[in-house]
Amino acid sequence: MWKRHLLFLISCLAGFSALGANLLRTDRVRTPRHFHSEQATATGLSDVVDRIDGEFESVWAASGLQQAPKAPSLQIVRRLALGLMGTVPSLEEIRALQLVPPDQQIDWWLSRVFEDRRYADYIAERLARAYVGTEDGPFLLFRRRRFVSWISDQLHEGKTGYGELVSHIIADQGLWTDKPSVNFVTVTSDQNRDGNPPDPIRLAARTTRAFLGVRIDCLQCHDDRLGKVALGTATEPREGTQIDFHELAAFFGGVGNNGLTGIRDEPSAAKDRYRTRLLHAENEQIVEPRVPFQRELWREEGTLRQQLAAWVTHVENRAFARMAVNRVWALMFGKPLVQPIDDIPLFGPFPPGLESLADDFVANGYDLRRLIRLIAHSEVFQADSRAAFELQPMHEDLWAVFPLIRLRPEQVAGSVLQAASLNTIDAQSNILWQLLKFGQQNDFVQAYGDMGEDEFTDRGGTIPQRLLMMNGDLIKERTEQNIVLNASSRIALFAPDHRTAIESAYLAVLTRRPSSTEAAHFEAEFAEARTAADRLQAVEDLYWTLMNSTEFLWNH
Amino acid sequence: MSWHPSAGIVNPTSDVSGCGGISHWNRRTLLRAAGLSGFAWLTPLAHSLARAEERLPGGAPAKSVIVLWLQGGPSQLETFDPHPNAETGGMAAIETRAPGVKICELYPRLAEQMDVVSLVRSVVSKEGDHERATYNVKTGYRPDPTLIHPSIGAVICHQLRDDIDLPRHVSILPNVWAARGGYLGDQFDAFKISDPIGPVPFVTSRVPDSRYHKRLANLTDVVETEFARGRIKGLDERRTLHQTMTANARRLMDSEQLKAFDVREAPESLRKTFGDTPFGRGCLVAARLVKAGVRCVEVSLAGWDTHANNHDGHRTQAEILDPAFAALLRHLRDDGLLDQTLVLCGGEFGRTPTLNPLGGRDHWPHGFTLALAGGGIAGGRVVGETNPKPDGDEKEPARLVNDPRSIADIHATILRALGIEFDRELITPIGRPMKLSDGHPIDELLA
Repeated sequence: MWKRHLLFLISCLAGFSALGANLLRTDRVRTPRHFHSEQATATGLSDVVDRIDGEFESVWAASGLQQAPKAPSLQIVRRLALGLMGTVPSLEEIRALQLVPPDQQIDWWLSRVFEDRRYADYIAERLARAYVGTEDGPFLLFRRRRFVSWISDQLHEGKTGYGELVSHIIADQGLWTDKPSVNFVTVTSDQNRDGNPPDPIRLAARTTRAFLGVRIDCLQCHDDRLGKVALGTATEPREGTQIDFHELAAFFGGVGNNGLTGIRDEPSAAKDRYRTRLLHAENEQIVEPRVPFQRELWREEGTLRQQLAAWVTHVENRAFARMAVNRVWALMFGKPLVQPIDDIPLFGPFPPGLESLADDFVANGYDLRRLIRLIAHSEVFQADSRAAFELQPMHEDLWAVFPLIRLRPEQVAGSVLQAASLNTIDAQSNILWQLLKFGQQNDFVQAYGDMGEDEFTDRGGTIPQRLLMMNGDLIKERTEQNIVLNASSRIALFAPDHRTAIESAYLAVLTRRPSSTEAAHFEAEFAEARTAADRLQAVEDLYWTLMNSTEFLWNH
Repeated sequence: MSWHPSAGIVNPTSDVSGCGGISHWNRRTLLRAAGLSGFAWLTPLAHSLARAEERLPGGAPAKSVIVLWLQGGPSQLETFDPHPNAETGGMAAIETRAPGVKICELYPRLAEQMDVVSLVRSVVSKEGDHERATYNVKTGYRPDPTLIHPSIGAVICHQLRDDIDLPRHVSILPNVWAARGGYLGDQFDAFKISDPIGPVPFVTSRVPDSRYHKRLANLTDVVETEFARGRIKGLDERRTLHQTMTANARRLMDSEQLKAFDVREAPESLRKTFGDTPFGRGCLVAARLVKAGVRCVEVSLAGWDTHANNHDGHRTQAEILDPAFAALLRHLRDDGLLDQTLVLCGGEFGRTPTLNPLGGRDHWPHGFTLALAGGGIAGGRVVGETNPKPDGDEKEPARLVNDPRSIADIHATILRALGIEFDRELITPIGRPMKLSDGHPIDELLA
């Protein structure tokens, strides 16, 4: 019997040891598989980056604006981590990055980001907000999850171009469980009507806004009264009319939703399935499908939705490329190049950078990763957010300085959790870490207030948000004394001296070292710590202070 | 035409943070400014504001709104619109203190207060889904993919200026669809609290005061100072509001007005009248908050989605709502606050006139009741009626209700009762002009 007890005891000890080793392990940041030292020049990015930089420089020169200097590498890395993964880099990642030659750090970091599942998951969620919104009622929740997971898979594999991805989203058929892409359509299903048919109106509005950056929603009810919707061609623009919207909606008019086969197009009946009553008309009328602009690109081949998808993603449909560029730009900066994000004029004028980025995006098969690299290497993205000369709002407006942007709720939560851990919390992390992160992040975002689809509205914080950060559970639990879970405690116990402890806290939370003034101030405070408990408390207080700063809660 | 970054979009949030925008000027301010400075051009605007006030039949506008939100959609038949011979499981209609106005017998205490309550029994909407209908009733607009509309409380706070320590927009016992600021900005989101039997969340520091002050001093004097270096002048006031909000949060933490959230401060006898329930306590706190100057308080009571066993469900709910609603009205009246506090009670839709096989009622947006009382609202009136035997053709609302009123009409009525120009247009962040409400005030309701 005692042998069995001993065996059980050994098994338990081995299990706890493995768990502890996993939780407490230190270095596991490897060189990205697809990184090579001359990545930018080898892939021909430099010429495009130079062209984009030149366009911005011309605007600054014309406006008499001085440009901010280049930001420190770690600050650029922080921006990339927040924009592409929704979190700050971990201390172990920062340490690994510091071993890479300075001129290769950005490409090294981007390669690491692209290979990290957090990138795919985060961008998939951001894209899904534009495609299907944030409604998550009981029937929509699972559909939405399936949809986001599917986008994430495509991004992670990196084999599907953005055009192909969008084509699947618009035109795929099948059951929502089997073909997650069809949930773009199914989330609009009207649960109150027989057969739960998809809603062509919502789909038309989504399609133009999310994929083309054209807002024609107001045409649903009336012709353009404010001169805000210019359709037609560049040489012959015309004001949008109510029928334009409904002709687009008619592409979704023949879509059925069957319990056995899921979303299906019904070609034979499709053309007369969409009816509407136009303003001032006495009766409903059948509306034939027709695209609202660049009609020469429309081919009547395949189902109606396939025709629409082919037209939307056509290489000559510039609106598609521009919208993708504007969205990726917005994800990386927190602010779109053209505002509002999904209202890009079809015939200009366009801001600097937009057309050059769109050209390259089209020429390279709608490659999202290349687009991200281009933007990351641009002078604008790498500019500092402060300068030695006096900054005016115009510097931000014209991108002569990196804009200050408040972090989104999940970016705040993700950053708090990452900063509170010395190790990277990613898909390879212990399941306990991941579960902890999932639960705490959801609770925090709910209390902080999700911004929903309204992703890029420039807003200040609120009193409840400040209270949550100052006195809430997440900050308390993730900064208090806890040797297993919290970086603050481990730094306090294992840092060889006060200077190192303070520097580690600054790097983990703010992704930078303290200034000489800050270092001197906190070193003097730490010097008052007489016991280990005092030092634990000092690091905990420092963590609280840094996490409650503008610098932590804003991208800069 | 050349590209320019600022495309002429006026964000309605821009005149909010400082609360000094022209939208917050009242008639007296403007007349005084015009008189003192000799700026005669200001007087047309002042007179326009004067006309807005003159339109209020009852004189002084209401100051606050309390929304008793019945999440799930209460049945009109078992609440405010009983019909003889309807399948109500034997529940009868009872007389009230409003002559000729009967309500369901489940509400005997409320019946005693009905002289100050008016009913709109012919509210119609086109939203039969909980989330969309909740959005519709709380904002006055149907969901729109282009922007998020603000809830009525956010609109009121945006339009009326205050200087109090407390959040001006509060939601008690909120569900996932709590009142929010929408395109007006997060700062108009409701401040959310759960059952007020417990402390207000996050207003107590987690470390002793001395440590807390040291943390804040390090934040302000060291880290924020370092961050502000090399950035635009007035970074906080002009851009982030971070330190301003930190100071406001501190002000709230230290405020004596926080006691308004604490039901234990109220006499035991008073608490009992509201009922020993979270909702009852919420209603008592709502009354205390409006007394402290809060503009809008939403108190939610879930559990009205009675797809099965409708009658039992409504009996249970009435045991909570009846004492709380009645005590709220009586307390406001006793405190002299009823004239300046408008109370709205209702849910996102009504329920079907006929029972389903499970003895439940399903969603019914084609004719349901919203109750209004207090500030600016005449009591004891009834607007519209539902057909006792609707034939079920939902496409012909005229056959279902008499004198149909939209959700937007309710919003316009509330805004008017508060002296707010309900048809004022704001330019939304997407550049689209949007009225505060595109309904029309229900004149029969206004005192």
